Amino acid sequence: MTMSSSTTSISARKTIGAVFRREFAGYFRTPLAYVFLAVFNAFAISLAFFVGYIYEAGVANLDRFFLYHPWLWAFLAPAAGARLWAEEHRQGTIELLLTWPVTVWQTALGKFLAGWAFLACALLITTPIAFTIGYLGDPDVGVIISGYIGSLLCAGACLGIATIASALTRSQVIAFVVGFLACFILVIVGYGVFDELLAGILSPGAIEEVRRLGLWRNLEPFTLGLIDLRPCAYFLTLSFAGLGLSTLIIERR
Amino acid sequence: MALIEAQNLRKSYGSIQAVRGISFQVDRGEVVGFLGPNGAGKSTTMKLLTGHLLPDSGSAKVGGFDVTESPVAAKAHLGYSPEGAPAYGEMTVREFLQFAAELRGLPEPSVKVQNTLSLCRLTEVAQQTIETLSKGYRMRVGFAQAVIHDPEVLILDEPTDGLDPNQKFEVRRLLKEMAARKAVIVSTHILEEIEELCTRVIIIAQGEVRCDESKEKFLQRGSDLNQVFRQLTA
Repeated sequence: MTMSSSTTSISARKTIGAVFRREFAGYFRTPLAYVFLAVFNAFAISLAFFVGYIYEAGVANLDRFFLYHPWLWAFLAPAAGARLWAEEHRQGTIELLLTWPVTVWQTALGKFLAGWAFLACALLITTPIAFTIGYLGDPDVGVIISGYIGSLLCAGACLGIATIASALTRSQVIAFVVGFLACFILVIVGYGVFDELLAGILSPGAIEEVRRLGLWRNLEPFTLGLIDLRPCAYFLTLSFAGLGLSTLIIERR
Repeated sequence: MALIEAQNLRKSYGSIQAVRGISFQVDRGEVVGFLGPNGAGKSTTMKLLTGHLLPDSGSAKVGGFDVTESPVAAKAHLGYSPEGAPAYGEMTVREFLQFAAELRGLPEPSVKVQNTLSLCRLTEVAQQTIETLSKGYRMRVGFAQAVIHDPEVLILDEPTDGLDPNQKFEVRRLLKEMAARKAVIVSTHILEEIEELCTRVIIIAQGEVRCDESKEKFLQRGSDLNQVFRQLTA
């Protein structure tokens, strides 16, 4: 049987779309989604105001709002991503996905995009803070938009890591904890937490390179209005690595 | 051309050899009863035929397509209901079948869903979430997703497991209705089912085919099927 590449790509798009719709709607089937969105919003805003003193700082930008996003995504992206594969294992439906005429990467991409879109919803709900800043002062709109783009990419990177954890287990709780720990390491590595540990092994230059793997180090340029190649590549690499590895894990069952 | 072809299939889990060189063919119009004690390798063989597991060696073909080499083409010809008929519990029956139809890339999925709902007598529970259904209905949902595309090959792992007599009757009726046009494999623990449903019997024990013959021949082995079964699988 020969299929032209265009029909193949149409059916791939349909498959990815069907998986995306199922997974995205799946978030809103339980009240948990709304709890999640509320928690994200509450933390994002309160951290900015009560820890970052965004109001007292008296500067019309969102630096102190985005500063805490790596922490939020490290915690909440694994929470949103935990179910993506673990639930298939638990319900046994993985056996359907693997015996229906679809490829694992199509399913994986649909799932990833659904999780990412859900995280984008969480981010979207925080936009009143941008309007507030706009009302109080005269911020650079471009900088704010670039900050949001950076935060969304950061969310995708954390979600990529979370999908690997989810592919490895049938327990959502384990998937969440493992995903969170992995993301957490990426948060703290940027603050030089491991510097002393690595001092004996690596040169100071190499240690600086390790620190540059931190999530905030890569998000920071976006919050200053800079969309650089390196941080973009960093976040996208993590996302695609997550997608690719979870696909491999599911295929190599 | 045989619609199902297993050729010297082997599969090990660690040091345990679950399937040790199983070969057979199934043609259109045949309903093969897969029998064997628990842990004999029935489910593993089915998983190898359906592409859920990849064999260590040997090959499986469905509708003429090698399951390892052209998995998507092979799976398009296949309907499979795994043991326990897993489904997305949080979806309604209609949503679930719609999803199955879309993933299979069927034309006019809603029409296919409607037809399958009435074929499997699920119309009255179409709007219920699957987790709220009784076991009988859930098994039928598993059956429904396996036949929604009217496949040439149907593989059902214990489709009547845990059902009451009426529900068993219902599933068998469904199977008989469509069996003539398909190649079917049904695994079961119920020996009487052979008599009622199957045209051929394959008995598997310790990962090997112990017996592969027509139903008539099998039934001549003795009046007490349980004893025949014990002898063959010892």
